[in-house]
Amino acid sequence: MKRGFWNRLDILTRQSTPFLLTLALVIINQLPLHIPGFSQVMPLLPLMAIYHWAMFRPELMPAHAVFIVGLMQDVLSGTPVGINALVYLAVYGTVLSQERFFSGKSFVVVWLGFGLIAAAATVAVWALVSAWYAAIVAPQAVIFQYLLTIGFFPVVVWVFLRWQRGVLGSV
Amino acid sequence: MKENPRSINRLAAPIKGLAQRFAFMALVLTAFALMLWGKVDVATMERARTQVTDAVAPILDVISRPIDSIDLAINRAHDIYAVHEQNVQLRKDRDRLLHWQAAARRLEAENKVLRSLLNFVPGAEANFITGRVIADTGGAFIHSVILNAGARAGVRKGQAAVTGDGLVGRVAGVGTGSARVLLITDLNSRIPILVGPERTRAIMAGDNSERTKLIHLPSGATVEEGDRVVTSGHGGAFPVGLPVGVVVSVDDKGISVQPLVNRNRLEYVRVLDYGLRGIIQVPPKGTDTVEKDAAAAPAAVGAQQ
Repeated sequence: MKRGFWNRLDILTRQSTPFLLTLALVIINQLPLHIPGFSQVMPLLPLMAIYHWAMFRPELMPAHAVFIVGLMQDVLSGTPVGINALVYLAVYGTVLSQERFFSGKSFVVVWLGFGLIAAAATVAVWALVSAWYAAIVAPQAVIFQYLLTIGFFPVVVWVFLRWQRGVLGSV
Repeated sequence: MKENPRSINRLAAPIKGLAQRFAFMALVLTAFALMLWGKVDVATMERARTQVTDAVAPILDVISRPIDSIDLAINRAHDIYAVHEQNVQLRKDRDRLLHWQAAARRLEAENKVLRSLLNFVPGAEANFITGRVIADTGGAFIHSVILNAGARAGVRKGQAAVTGDGLVGRVAGVGTGSARVLLITDLNSRIPILVGPERTRAIMAGDNSERTKLIHLPSGATVEEGDRVVTSGHGGAFPVGLPVGVVVSVDDKGISVQPLVNRNRLEYVRVLDYGLRGIIQVPPKGTDTVEKDAAAAPAAVGAQQ
């Protein structure tokens, strides 16, 4: 009985790691890195995480977890509350609806898919923030942020895939 | 239960799918509602945001420390590498500053005499609260930083945040142990300033780019490249004369200002407490004024030359 409890706790802990990792990325996203020009164009790490987990382990990243991640991103980064939550949910929903298309596809296709979805998400956040403030946000930094996000995607995914094999392999 | 799990599944699966879809839609609607609510009830939303930020601040505080250490190490290495160049530059600066110091001393003495003539009453002196930047947030959309000093340390909403270089921004939200500073480059930043030797009044507005723009200039005002921008103190809260930036271009698109403070170099920020509350305008004078006049004087001296 005792072993069963610990076993279950172990599985639960492992299962919650995708969500906790994503939440950690939200916090990491806010760190001051002191690299010239980088803080404006910091790649959107949580977006990559949501895309990845929605594609590979959606059962470990339910919609309400995505919602919480989005809210945290909004609250910490200072964007109007709800905008990132809405966009992350949209990304999550889109990936889930394209599950059949993505299943078994090569990494390049997954990467291209991310490129498209991240572009849509970036435009959506830009439009929503601009509408919320009723002022046009300067788009240059947004475009650079998007490009960096695409560029960093393989690195983050590599870490996630390792994690999937190492920690989530058995659950 | 064990006998026919399939029949339960057959019944449960569509209901579960429906429930999930419903939950998803509910979350989307909630996010949308939160957006609208934030627009209507700014105060509540800001309070909630402050509380969450306060809770996360200790985590940010801890994990931003090693990054700061690495940054320090890199800077130190860079300094060693550039020590010769810096030395030459510093010698040059020293000569120039000695000239300024003489001008400042003369003006300080003159100032003292004039004050005694006018029976001038000095205003409140500033208290500093120094906080470490523990988060640089918002990416391309919001320009703000989070400090690890909050209401407990005496930080109040609306106070000016500065570094040795100049104005950083305005305290936009305060928790017990953290505060959010809206940078001058943010889309929502509007700061009353004085520009140039004429001390023309204007508003400096951010647009989320590296540079800020001057708006609402009085008609007929002339602004030139290289003009210095300082806070005007109009509207309360901000003290007068804090250095803000330098005008870098004047053209059809508007007047563009390069802020003196580099966002990426922000590590420690001082929050100024002049006891101003934005209602009664007490021009902050006192020891600080001497420094400011001294800083302004060599510029005037330079202009004459």
